[in-house]
Amino acid sequence: MTEIEEIKTNINEDLMILTGNHAAAHAFRQAKVGVISAYPITPQSPVVEKIAEFISEGKLKARFVKVESEHSALAVCCAASATGSRVGTATSAHGLELMYEMLPWAAGNRLPIIINLATRSLGAPWSVWTDHSDFITIRDVGWIQFMCENNQEIYDTNFQAFKIAEDPRVFLPVIVAYDGYILSHTMMPVKLENQEKIDEFLPPLKHHINLSDITQVKGIDPVTTPHVIKRAEGTAPGYYEYRYALQKSLESSIDIIKEVHDEFARKFGRSYGNGIYKTVQTEDADTIIYAMGSVASQARVAIKQLRKEGIKIGILSLKLFRPYPWDDLREFFKNIENVIVFDRDIGYGYEGVLSYELKSALYGLKDRPNIKGFIVGLGGRDVTTEHITTGVHRALNEFKQGLSTNKTDFLGLKLDELYDYDESTYFTRG
Amino acid sequence: MDLPEEEFIYPGTRACAGCGMALIYRIALKALGAKTLVTVPASCLTVLHGMQGFCSTKVSVYHTPFATTGASASGILASLEDKGLADEIIVLAFAGDGGTTDIGIQALSGAAERGTNFIYACYDNEAYMNTGVQRSGSTPLGVRTTTTPEGKDVHKKNMPKILEAHGIPYVATANAAYPLDLFEKFKRAKEVKGPKYMHILSPCPPGWGYEPKDTILIGRLANETGFWPLYEVINGKFELSKPSKKYLDSSKRKPITDYLKSQKRFKFIDETTRKIYEEYIEHVWNEIKGRLENQ
Repeated sequence: MTEIEEIKTNINEDLMILTGNHAAAHAFRQAKVGVISAYPITPQSPVVEKIAEFISEGKLKARFVKVESEHSALAVCCAASATGSRVGTATSAHGLELMYEMLPWAAGNRLPIIINLATRSLGAPWSVWTDHSDFITIRDVGWIQFMCENNQEIYDTNFQAFKIAEDPRVFLPVIVAYDGYILSHTMMPVKLENQEKIDEFLPPLKHHINLSDITQVKGIDPVTTPHVIKRAEGTAPGYYEYRYALQKSLESSIDIIKEVHDEFARKFGRSYGNGIYKTVQTEDADTIIYAMGSVASQARVAIKQLRKEGIKIGILSLKLFRPYPWDDLREFFKNIENVIVFDRDIGYGYEGVLSYELKSALYGLKDRPNIKGFIVGLGGRDVTTEHITTGVHRALNEFKQGLSTNKTDFLGLKLDELYDYDESTYFTRG
Repeated sequence: MDLPEEEFIYPGTRACAGCGMALIYRIALKALGAKTLVTVPASCLTVLHGMQGFCSTKVSVYHTPFATTGASASGILASLEDKGLADEIIVLAFAGDGGTTDIGIQALSGAAERGTNFIYACYDNEAYMNTGVQRSGSTPLGVRTTTTPEGKDVHKKNMPKILEAHGIPYVATANAAYPLDLFEKFKRAKEVKGPKYMHILSPCPPGWGYEPKDTILIGRLANETGFWPLYEVINGKFELSKPSKKYLDSSKRKPITDYLKSQKRFKFIDETTRKIYEEYIEHVWNEIKGRLENQ
């Protein structure tokens, strides 16, 4: 056997070269989703194009409701989920924002819907390129939110997402996000798992709501008052009790998320940190880069250089953004000296969301680390190794001087190139 | 003809006395039967259904946000197909005029275009009654509402025509004051495959300003004056319904003033607007005549 032939025999026939979008589509196919409803938007569209192809080729038996807007897409998903089907959709940016009304509806109804989100910045001005603005704006509506770093992770996280969402201890919708273009349109090797193994891991949905059982005559989601109502027929919780249950379910889902991640890892031989966050070279680190998705990926390159300079630096890449893994982060950061946060988003009017949430989470720790946040890469501006190393150097220097501020610090801005632009003062004020 | 005796709405709902919608809903469920799944946006029907954990109907009800009635019906249908139950269960979307002609028009248009096999019933009380009588796209000319204190300055939107333009197999107008006609139309709609649209005039005592005992009287006046003609369009074929047939002859119609004077909401209508009403009704009937002659 020649050397080349030997390589060929080593290639797993299930290994495919897929974009992030197609990895998500394959996951929907193998999760045997029953109803899909989606509307095209860049950079998500290839997910639903691929799904349409699977259906037309008979590889997926799902009903695909091709709607006239994302608002309707999630409305279809909610109704189909309430009728008892496994459902999912995919979207980006403005599509997610148009769905917004239906997001708390899905969570309040405890519907195990999965959204794949190819992240994209929010207009105005128009931009089709990535940042995490769309992902972070839905943090308060009651969904479980995952961020992925590669295409295999997108595929794997989808199965975990369905299993978590459909767990009777959880019953919550889940969003699986990945950077637009950087992952959505970039091809990587993805191992597609054997269908029988997937079926074992993810059995058919046993839903808590099933409108099609028409002997169940209760109205779903009627007007619910501030009060607990007692009648001869029984006692009904008020709105407050429903929302308490939603929050408690989110809080307790963290353990179930870890449990499902570990089960997946044992079955398929791939793990993503502890299912909550992933770490890189943190064992001896006193300084940590804290980031998500594409930014954490870029930091993997940057720390090689920083380590050569003698900085004991590692990365914590956040996988679970909601429910916020407060306990895990406090435990991890309690012995760390410095944290440099890179946000590909802003909580406008304050600072990067990862940054301020971490500061809040670590409040009251006896030896709280120094924390500084940077804004990077909005609207798809490249996040380079140099941006990361510059940020780390600047932060460590400020920490040495005892400086601490919540004021936003942008890396990679090119204001100096705007000096002859008509409205240059508009961009340079402040 | 006798209506079935079985009731699908329990006695003692939260609807107002004399509510046209409650009557329409009662007749609709009698026609469609127990194997009906209803989707309802924010509307007076949400109120009728009752509160938390209890429901005033014997059929399954799904409450959905205001703009999503059509989409929710598509979702329910898709799931029923997924589970092989689509032939066993009727999906009824039941929405008000605001939820249909305004905020829900996009989702409804989408559901109609996709060929969703459902009945969409719009009960038209001609304003946002559930939120306290604000004008909608279906509020008629000159009507006083809380957002048109001097009377609305344009005619109501012709929603049945918009749905007809989607090329769906069944479109009908109906009126709460003609329950037998209404019952027959729901029965017919049930037999048709594809999207069915019914636009049903629903007199509203508090919103329109008349005594609850007069709902049928007021509803009948809308027909007798020629303001709200009843018809069906089945696979493109237009047919005037029995209660409206004789008003093809304009001399048989009661003067529009009878209708306008019967309700407080028309109190600002002056002579000029009254004449516009007469022209409007003439136009509506000329169009009907033209359709009957040309098909």
